[in-house]
Amino acid sequence: MSATVAVIGASLAGLSAARALRARSYEGRIVVVGDEVHAPYDRPPLSKEFLAGTASLEDIALGAPDDEALGLEWRLGTRAVGLDRHTRSVVLDDGSELRADGVVLATGARARRLPGSDGLDGVHVLRSLDDAIALREDLASARRLVVIGAGFIGAEVASTARALGLEVTVVETQPVPLAGPLGADMGAVCAGLHADRGTRLLVGTGVAGLVGTGRVQAVELTDGTRLPADVVVVGIGAVPNTEWLADSGVALGNGVLTDARGATNLPGVVAVGDCAAAWSPAAERHVRIEHWTNALEQPATAAATLLGATTPAPAPPPYFWSDQYGARIQFAGARRDGDVTRVVEGSCAERSFLVVYERDGHPVAVLAMNQPRLFTRWRRQLRSAVPSAS
Amino acid sequence: MIPVCPTNALPPGEATRVEADEPIAVFNVDGELYAIDDTCTHQDASLADGWLDGCAVECPLHASCFDLRTGKVSGPPAKRPVRTHRVVVQDDMIYVLPHPAEEGAA
Ligand SMILES: Cc1cc2nc3c(=O)[nH]c(=O)nc-3n(C[C@H](O)[C@H](O)[C@H](O)COP(=O)(O)OP(=O)(O)OC[C@H]3O[C@@H](n4cnc5c(N)ncnc54)[C@H](O)[C@@H]3O)c2cc1C
Ligand code: FES
Repeated sequence: MSATVAVIGASLAGLSAARALRARSYEGRIVVVGDEVHAPYDRPPLSKEFLAGTASLEDIALGAPDDEALGLEWRLGTRAVGLDRHTRSVVLDDGSELRADGVVLATGARARRLPGSDGLDGVHVLRSLDDAIALREDLASARRLVVIGAGFIGAEVASTARALGLEVTVVETQPVPLAGPLGADMGAVCAGLHADRGTRLLVGTGVAGLVGTGRVQAVELTDGTRLPADVVVVGIGAVPNTEWLADSGVALGNGVLTDARGATNLPGVVAVGDCAAAWSPAAERHVRIEHWTNALEQPATAAATLLGATTPAPAPPPYFWSDQYGARIQFAGARRDGDVTRVVEGSCAERSFLVVYERDGHPVAVLAMNQPRLFTRWRRQLRSAVPSAS
Repeated sequence: MIPVCPTNALPPGEATRVEADEPIAVFNVDGELYAIDDTCTHQDASLADGWLDGCAVECPLHASCFDLRTGKVSGPPAKRPVRTHRVVVQDDMIYVLPHPAEEGAA
């Protein structure tokens, strides 16, 4: 039997899916299609070490020496433009069709752009290696950076640019940055890092528009303030890359909808990583997680599903980290508004702490700054505690 | 030989870190002592802060696992192994012998 699995998207989730298929002794053909010309690379360093210039392209490559043995067929620089559900063929932008017995959708997400910012030099988003190289070059000759959006990527870019010696202002529409993922009180604590290191943070202010012809000169806020800028980074979230599936019959919502095991509504088609909104039994809705560890772990389940396994999916508590201004932030679990936070170790003022989020007296999530050892223990504890709590 | 700590200060399931040219992490796995480079080969996490799982330690940051006996890494994001070091116990004191010459496994 010479089966073919097509993996669409050649990044962390796609590569992890290919590795997981081989780990499950799948011996057929695996074709990995990716629209970027680069071999898979790691995105988190793009706002951190790679942007700072302390990590090289080689450092951030995802491929490992052992990957040779996987025998993958790469189609890099090739975009998938459609999926035919009847023949299970993926249509590629070079006009060819890839017939497959199984398809892994791993097309990730792209940075949301600021309307009206197209064609203006000096305005950047940060998602891909090419984005990071362009931003790094532009920062090298810049003095003033304005970051629009104080989410994780915005905060990390601000931190890196500050360390490079730029004057940095971060603008955030919400009254408290990171209130969504961390809750208002802890979001405020983490956002305090900006002021610690001399980055100006403006909250509760919208952006009215960008000023400049040819090249950006300033960011105009809704209150009329003009912030002079040599470079602007827009960090206002990401959109799943699913438009190419619009006519495929695969169920779409905020991402490709899957069950808890990664299966879509189409037989033989699974979805993983940032493009997938998987059913969460705990949350009782589809959840699209945009974090590295999810893109690493989820494909193991989806690969098993594709090969016919039906064992229950493990549901480790979501985990992510962020590095800002030398502080290591780690978070695991599922937080909701109304959860009570308790400092278990250290203190927020000292920027070294572990905070537990509790619901009805039970821990549901944990946040740490500069406490990796203790955090690891709590994260493990949540792993065993969370399923039984729902 | 670098002194680590008295044997009773490193009970089973625990790890500690000692300063050397490159910091070294020492682990007690059910009474067996192992020493490897403390700094993860991916970034700069301290593996002594990691999670012990049998004879492997999971990096506290991005979860690459290293085999304490061989230093081999089991999965991404780390790509390179860590070095292993010899552990010696003398008079209830734990010592490490950094970076043994190419003599194979101890
Ligand atoms: C700057 C930055 C910093 C980050 N930092 C952290 C962090 O500190 N901690 C953390 O937990 N997470 C972090 N993340 C998130 C993490 O990198 C993502 O969760 C992860 O990359 C998701 O992997 P993925 O493979 O699902 O998607 P992606 O990495 O987005 O890859 C999808 C790939 O598919 C390609 N593609 C899209 N459409 C098509 C098509 N039609 N045909 C072919 N190919 C296509 C894309 O070009 C891309 O190469 C960061 C992300 C960024 C951008
Ligand atoms: S620092 Fe150890 S896996 Fe990243």
